[in-house]
Amino acid sequence: MNDIPVSTPRRLVELTIDGGTVRVPEGSTILDACRQEGIDTPTLCWAENLTPVNVCRVCVVEVENSRVLVPSCSRAAEDGMVVATDSEKVRTSRKMVYELLASSVDLDRADAEVHAWMDHYGADPSRMGDRGDIATVAQRPKVQDDLYVRDYERCILCYKCVEACGEDAQHTFAIAAAGRGFDAHISTEFDVTLPDSACVYCGNCIGVCPTGALVFKTEHDMREEGSWDEEAQSVTTTVCTFCGVGCNLELHVQEEQIVKVTSPTDHSVTNGHLCIKGRFGWQHAQS
Amino acid sequence: MPDLRFGDAGPTDEERIAVDDVVADLGAVLVVEGERLVYAGRARTAERRHLLLPALHAIQRASGWISPGGLDYACRQLEVPPAEAYGVATFYHLFTHEVPTATDVVHVCDDVACRPVGALDLIDELRAAGHHVKASPCLGQCERGPAVLVQRTGGHDLTIAPGSVDGVAVAISGRTSSASVTLHQAGSPGLRLLARVGVVDPGSLDDYRANGGYRALDAALAMGPDRVIEEVTTAGLSGRGGAAFPTGAKWRGVADQQGRPRHLVCNADESEPGTFKDRVVMEGDPFSLVEAMTIAGIAIGAEQGWLYLRGEYPVAAHRLRSAIEQARVAGLLGDDVAGSGKRFDIDLRVGAGAYICGEETALFNSIEGFRGEPRNKPPFPTTHGLFGQPTAINNVETLVNVLPIMVDGGEAYRATGTERSPGTRLFCLSGRVANPGIYEHEFGITLRGVLEAAGGVIGADEPHAVLLGGAAGFFVRSGQLDLPLTLEDTRAAGVSLGSGVVMVFGEEDDMVDTVRRVAEFFRDESCGQCVPCRVGTIRQEEVLVRLRDGATLDAERDLLDDLAAVMGDASICGLGQMASGAVRSALDLGLLEGSR
Repeated sequence: MNDIPVSTPRRLVELTIDGGTVRVPEGSTILDACRQEGIDTPTLCWAENLTPVNVCRVCVVEVENSRVLVPSCSRAAEDGMVVATDSEKVRTSRKMVYELLASSVDLDRADAEVHAWMDHYGADPSRMGDRGDIATVAQRPKVQDDLYVRDYERCILCYKCVEACGEDAQHTFAIAAAGRGFDAHISTEFDVTLPDSACVYCGNCIGVCPTGALVFKTEHDMREEGSWDEEAQSVTTTVCTFCGVGCNLELHVQEEQIVKVTSPTDHSVTNGHLCIKGRFGWQHAQS
Repeated sequence: MPDLRFGDAGPTDEERIAVDDVVADLGAVLVVEGERLVYAGRARTAERRHLLLPALHAIQRASGWISPGGLDYACRQLEVPPAEAYGVATFYHLFTHEVPTATDVVHVCDDVACRPVGALDLIDELRAAGHHVKASPCLGQCERGPAVLVQRTGGHDLTIAPGSVDGVAVAISGRTSSASVTLHQAGSPGLRLLARVGVVDPGSLDDYRANGGYRALDAALAMGPDRVIEEVTTAGLSGRGGAAFPTGAKWRGVADQQGRPRHLVCNADESEPGTFKDRVVMEGDPFSLVEAMTIAGIAIGAEQGWLYLRGEYPVAAHRLRSAIEQARVAGLLGDDVAGSGKRFDIDLRVGAGAYICGEETALFNSIEGFRGEPRNKPPFPTTHGLFGQPTAINNVETLVNVLPIMVDGGEAYRATGTERSPGTRLFCLSGRVANPGIYEHEFGITLRGVLEAAGGVIGADEPHAVLLGGAAGFFVRSGQLDLPLTLEDTRAAGVSLGSGVVMVFGEEDDMVDTVRRVAEFFRDESCGQCVPCRVGTIRQEEVLVRLRDGATLDAERDLLDDLAAVMGDASICGLGQMASGAVRSALDLGLLEGSR
């Protein structure tokens, strides 16, 4: 364990955000700088334990002398940059991104902050047209085994699961984006079932999914029968007993049953990621 | 690489031979392992993966589809995860993912230029004749539509234009594409870029030399790289792909990089609806592009050139392949270019039906064997281009402009065109003009002049509307016919020359349907990566369908405005950023009401 950061000191860069001067270490993103200043910025495809893919465009900000808006999650802060996070242009684009997503994807199980931001920007997806008349990604969930459910009508195509399955965590490469345009979707090769794919059931894709498209089978079943109740759940932090690595586990418990297992993204061992044993091997604790 | 899990389905013998043939090329090009970069979060292990797209073509040609066994075999040979390879294969329109029902797939262009000349009827007729037909976006044969591309299993593809049921049958039985068309300007003394088209034998290096070929390379080698870049800068040459970036500055930027290797990429993925200029040059004078790429490559210090050609140009592919091979044999490509001691070679890569791959960073991803999804910029290609290495990428027309600059010098080049837009420009005339085709004109000619040179508008004194610059361009109307076609004047007028498209519409053409087809094009060609474009383009198309079906403009105007704003401001690349330009201009000019 080494929780004390040891690195060479970094030069500071100075930029202006919403009129205020901000100094951040070189290499920081605009999003880092915003957060340091307490400027709340929405994100969907960004996560602290994944490489930014800057595809959702909800974190865009206006940078002086830039023809188009820039994604704050991946654009490095530079000396002299003048950034606006709440201009008319920014507000319109952020609102529209939420409206476009919410008109095509079911966001009912998305993180609470998604709905808070939609309210903040006054997003009204219904003006895109009646749900039955416009294109959506509506489809039946893929229930192929006892561990995962992939419910792609809730998928916003943020690529987080692909990254967690690939180079950012598991290096399994069982899933990737397939198809193109509005038909783009996350898939195994030729849409084979997960047991027939390279999937190792680490569940790290579930861990990073922001919209409830990828869920534990336990959660899916409880939601279907109407018994899922986050208010009634407690979270117990413990250490996984299966091997000596020392992964922290967060056991989500409802009515004395483990219903879900996560790991803290800031944990120095896991960065939020687990393996099949830690993620799904809890039945003995309940026997 | 990690331990990858592959499938159980084996390849057919044909698929194995086809893939082995591609992998045998390994080592023919020098690629070092790419550095890890934060564009899409993927480390680039490049040694083998760049052969994925050629391998997919080989499987498609061998079997008529991308079969699970064929794909799995390619994945094993190239060390690519099957899920990722499937993601790449499903990105392209010319790859099929279901068991084929016919040996030949007949692609018929139903895009904006071919619709008014009977494309939809031709689709019905070909289906009635028993062909497996797919409607296609622009096939780049706009001067002689409706265009047909026959994609064949076990043989080379064929272009038939104009297409007809009989023409398709004759082409398939004779295995020949339609002949290249003659230029209306052939033999005109003022031609610079088209001087040899229709004059020289495109299959003969000797004939190319006899018509002034390779004089430019001799001049460039005598000057040395720095002088070459200086002359190009003096000439004021700017990019002809649409963005008009100064070519000299681009080359200087790469030449000044410390990083090696460097790459020269020629963007021949011309897929903008209404655009066919690069095709005419590549079919008619393929050696000129090989020579120009050699000059550019040596100028920027690149030893490897990549020519990325759109998959719908089988004739150009054949002629370029032959030209590259002849140049190698003659010592004009390879380890010692023309005895100069410089190394430069060209690898031809063929796309597979994806307009987005004409976006420079999507093109890099496509060559590298990834999905053709554009990267966020910065970093720019000058520093982080192909394989994350310094790269200059230029359009075909831009590159062939270098030849007269080398022979006559940058100052002489400036004598044509205008002060701020020197040189000549290729224009792609299609639609309601008497003599559609490619024309070379000096910058500064008016739109009226361009139309007159093409024999004028059919059946009227003035066009009802003109699509200028392609689907990513703008509509203009009669009030703008005297606009001088220069970079500065079009910019001031809020339009763009784009890829040189001048598509003419008459009173009889259905403009609401034309604008809807433009919107459909962007929806169909969006890569799907970013939300503004992936969902924005389909919402825009839905609005235009509603307008066609009788909705009032007033009810939709706010939504169109906001869609234009989010696509224009927040999309990753130029496709999304330009996806509303033509639609907006049609709206502003009253074309959406006018036809109703």
